[in-house]
Amino acid sequence: MQLGKHISQRFTQNLEDIRNKVLVMGGLVESQADNAVKSLLEANAELAEEVSISDYKVNKMEVAIDEQCVQVIARNQPAASDLRLVIAVVKVITDLERIGDEAEKIGRESIKLAKYPTVNQLHAELSHLSQLVLGMLHDALDAFARMDTELALKIVANGDLVNKEYNNLSRLLITHMMEDPRNIKSVLRVTWCARSLERIGDHSRNICEYVVYFVKGKDIRHTSLDEVLADHFPGEMERKI
Amino acid sequence: MTDLIGTLPGMVKSSLESEENKLPVVETRDEFDVEISGTIGKPLVQNAKMSSRNCDVFYGDKQAIFNINLDIGKNEIIAMIGPSGCGKSTYLRVLNRMNDTIPICRVTGEHTLDGEDIYAAEQDPVLLRARVGMVFQKPNPFPKSIYDNVAYGAKLHGLATNRSELDDLVEASLIKAGLFKEVKDDLLMPGTGLSGGQQQRLCIARAIAVDPEVILMDEPTSALDPIATATIEELMDELKENYTIAIVTHSMQQAARVSQRTAYFHLGKLVEVNDTNTVFTNPEHKLTENYITGRFG
Repeated sequence: MQLGKHISQRFTQNLEDIRNKVLVMGGLVESQADNAVKSLLEANAELAEEVSISDYKVNKMEVAIDEQCVQVIARNQPAASDLRLVIAVVKVITDLERIGDEAEKIGRESIKLAKYPTVNQLHAELSHLSQLVLGMLHDALDAFARMDTELALKIVANGDLVNKEYNNLSRLLITHMMEDPRNIKSVLRVTWCARSLERIGDHSRNICEYVVYFVKGKDIRHTSLDEVLADHFPGEMERKI
Repeated sequence: MTDLIGTLPGMVKSSLESEENKLPVVETRDEFDVEISGTIGKPLVQNAKMSSRNCDVFYGDKQAIFNINLDIGKNEIIAMIGPSGCGKSTYLRVLNRMNDTIPICRVTGEHTLDGEDIYAAEQDPVLLRARVGMVFQKPNPFPKSIYDNVAYGAKLHGLATNRSELDDLVEASLIKAGLFKEVKDDLLMPGTGLSGGQQQRLCIARAIAVDPEVILMDEPTSALDPIATATIEELMDELKENYTIAIVTHSMQQAARVSQRTAYFHLGKLVEVNDTNTVFTNPEHKLTENYITGRFG
């Protein structure tokens, strides 16, 4: 389905414009998340500050895209794949905005953490989780840009990895707090950052689910991966990602 | 927005700057590559009121409809959509033998109403049309009073034995068509003096008066304003409790609003029949998708 072939060119233009804005918003959110992680790992208060005050750009884009989606629905009454695109976009930008919020939270915590050396001891673990999550976000945006269901499914399947990594990190953080109660304040901040990272992973996964919704017309939320594969991707079942 | 692009990570940036920055392409084939081999979806149902099997229609040498197999379920509204000339109106007219009036038109296949062959030699088309009524695109009241418009069919078919029964029948039909309140004091005024929407409801009342089982509607609201259209759509929803309705419409929003199943016709072939929800959110056939998203005319 080539979305650029409507009889009404303005309709096509509007849809393309919406999609481009989502890509821009995705890029912005990705760089916010990248910078938030960077500021956390490098104890860079300046960068952290920048992240936490830049979230408004993401919010503004969400509102603008939402508005444009409403207009397209009102004016063009999209149906079938066009309707699914608009609905997917409305949902994707909600998740993007939340990712932006999580990045902002990490930024705010990082400003405070920059004064303490706590993060240094946890650097390896935190960095592992962040790389995993940032990779997931990057791939999810890539899957959305190319409407690539295979990539999207792969990301959905890898969601558990993030949870495992997050649980490991939590245990480690608890150990740190027990070892020396003076650490509690700053380790709690790290915990919140880890939590934010885990949430970014979840939101990235949601984005992938909307990619599948747009392409296949199937809602795969709250469905086990095996069911999804069996129902909608019979070929994939054998390859088993 | 453009000032933001410079700050973006590589993937998004290259995607936005590339020449191919068009909307996503998902497994596509050109519309002309798509073959129509049989109808996909659910053309047949369990509780069929009317059924067609292997229906072909010819105008002279020209074939207008190719091998249609379709059931119209009892008490359902089925919408028939498709570009002009796709055969949807022709098919609708097959269902009450309106094509009989066109000398060069030839209809083949089996067509049944409650299992009874409507093209059988002993079938009287006039009686058939009482059971399968029709409402047309342009309201066409007779040049008679409102009362006589509604009473005409009932008199013809002997549905009332005396004046008071006829009065009741006219009143009941006008009430069902949602017109009674507006015209109850003017029953002897000419039907042609009503507004377009009222005239169309008068035609529906006239169709209902002979107690049909199926009502065929051929673009019943295309000459009406949105308010009159809404009234008629609301009416259809009520009528489906007692009647089976097949509607041909050019308004996809109308098909989406009123029908339970939607049939998509293309170049004389029945391409897809599915639940209306499915057709408008996730149609199975490429051609259906293209038509309802406005990708060709």
